[in-house]
Amino acid sequence: MSAMIEVRSVTKRFGNFTAVDNVSLMVGEGEFLTLLGPSGCGKTTLLRMLSGFETPTEGSLVIAGEDVTHLAPYRRNVNQVFQSYALFPHLSVEENIGFGLRMQKVPPAERSRRVGEVIELVALNGFEQRRPHELSGGQRQRVALARAIVPRPKVLLLDEPLSALDAKLRQQMQLELKRLQKHLGMTFVFVTHDQEEALTMSDRIAVFNRGRIEQVGTGTEIYHQPSTAFVADFIGEANLLEAELISRNGVTARVRVQGGLELALAVAQWPADCPRALVSIRPEKVLVSKRPIDAENVFSARVAEELFQGVLDRLHLDTAAGTRLTAVVANESAIRDAIHAGDDVWCGLHVDDLVVVRSN
Amino acid sequence: MQALAAPESENLHARRPRLWGWLLLAPLVGWLLIFVVVPMAILLVYSFCQRDELGRVVFSFTFQNYARVFDPIYLRILGRSVGYAALTTLICLALGYPVAWYIARQRERIRDRLLLLVMIPFWTSFLIRTYAWIAILKNEGLLNGMLQYAGIIAAPLPLLYTPLAVIIGLVYAYLPFMILPIYGSAEKLDNALVEAAHDLGAGPIRAFSEVIIPLTWPGITAGMLLVFVPAIGMFAITDLMGGAQVPMIGNVIQNQFFRARNAPFGAALGVVFTLMFVITYALVHRRGQRVR
Repeated sequence: MSAMIEVRSVTKRFGNFTAVDNVSLMVGEGEFLTLLGPSGCGKTTLLRMLSGFETPTEGSLVIAGEDVTHLAPYRRNVNQVFQSYALFPHLSVEENIGFGLRMQKVPPAERSRRVGEVIELVALNGFEQRRPHELSGGQRQRVALARAIVPRPKVLLLDEPLSALDAKLRQQMQLELKRLQKHLGMTFVFVTHDQEEALTMSDRIAVFNRGRIEQVGTGTEIYHQPSTAFVADFIGEANLLEAELISRNGVTARVRVQGGLELALAVAQWPADCPRALVSIRPEKVLVSKRPIDAENVFSARVAEELFQGVLDRLHLDTAAGTRLTAVVANESAIRDAIHAGDDVWCGLHVDDLVVVRSN
Repeated sequence: MQALAAPESENLHARRPRLWGWLLLAPLVGWLLIFVVVPMAILLVYSFCQRDELGRVVFSFTFQNYARVFDPIYLRILGRSVGYAALTTLICLALGYPVAWYIARQRERIRDRLLLLVMIPFWTSFLIRTYAWIAILKNEGLLNGMLQYAGIIAAPLPLLYTPLAVIIGLVYAYLPFMILPIYGSAEKLDNALVEAAHDLGAGPIRAFSEVIIPLTWPGITAGMLLVFVPAIGMFAITDLMGGAQVPMIGNVIQNQFFRARNAPFGAALGVVFTLMFVITYALVHRRGQRVR
């Protein structure tokens, strides 16, 4: 996969505020990359630099082999889907979608053919003559998408395009967007603060925090091997525990986590020459049962609190050693197996489910 | 008891809004009646009347006044007035649009301050401001003095009492009426729309003509009407700054009422003039709606 976008040590400052802080990133051709992070983390600023609405203070941007750092937005072969959609209120659906082609001086016959194809693709047949204010939110979203893909840009930039839709429609659009991206083979850079959306759609995710990239990787990598405490906490949930090395051999390292519980983890996880580190444990990796458990780490605990959440059951555990842990277990159907507050239970943790993360 | 009373009070509520509505409307209707409808009616009646030797209005019916309106002398003056007003409108648009756009794109605090600057001249009497311009433009005035001091010119340029002075006066007087409505439209324009136009390959000129102009069109037409209509009828500026060298239709009408003491003819000029406005306005308004 050759690189479609190269972000080279880009910094963007607004006055004293550093929105993007020395970020480097590669996006492959045909890749679906998501910039994920809380609001104000710099992800939208990076997107706006790619579309040309902002110019980097330092560093450079290369798209399709061309340095576009100082290129005007209207000379770039990228298009954006705006968060507010930014449809032209004085133009019909058809005219909105055809706007880019008209600016490129594509002849009318070809223009209407290509607009027709895209209208078919996003299922807006019959709405060609409508004005944006006569459309539903979902339809507007499709017009915005159609308008951005019809000029066949090298890169499509999407700025939280689904945030204004209701939950059901959003899930449906996530799948449609993903399918569309595969079908077109187009490079997508997608900005969102919704981790579930990012995991569902992306080939790779770049997690942003305070203007920096914390980690780049596939959804699986980021979820299972978070490299920092921020990533572990932002994507999914995590028990973040300070740990102290007790001993190690060639395979495992024994550590004592805050509260006093002793656990074993893969020795490769533990940073060399370091007595202390932060360990992340996903709540669903904590095995809980009323019967003894077969795992490398086994300990007993009492259920301090139980939160029934439908499919899942959330348990706050006080381990015998004195460490507090959150566990999430599948809601069991058998009433007699169900675990309730006050119960004494067995807990287990596999060695590979303990991940050492950098503290932020 | 309360349950029984309820339907009755509902009935009262059903009748009240109409009464209240009329009461609330009354001041406005009264104002329009006294200051717009009645004067217009008087004007209309006068325009069909004659006058005696002393200039008093005699109520005997005639079309003579209207026949005189279409005398080439007055048509030429009317044409000149339209020309001056049109030129004023164009200059105001050319100067006012960028200013309005610039103000609309600022952060709120700066925006409010700039708007205040646009409106400050209204705090001073219009006549005083016009006299200030006379002080600037006259032969021994500020501008000529500065140019002579700088050695750019040897003798003072004749600026005051020229068509140029009239245009300067008109543009100065009506510029805020162009800036404010355009600002109103530009401020509502979502900047993302301009970005979207650029994003789709529209350079600054295309983005301006394809997106910005159509979306600020209501402000542009409002501004043009607000400048053009009063500029045609203006007589104070043409009197003071034009030195009555270039009479405009407003001066002619004013003269008929006061100096010439021919109120019926002045009224006929006024009626024709008003009709022209109404027709122009209707045309512009219709086109404006078609564009939208």
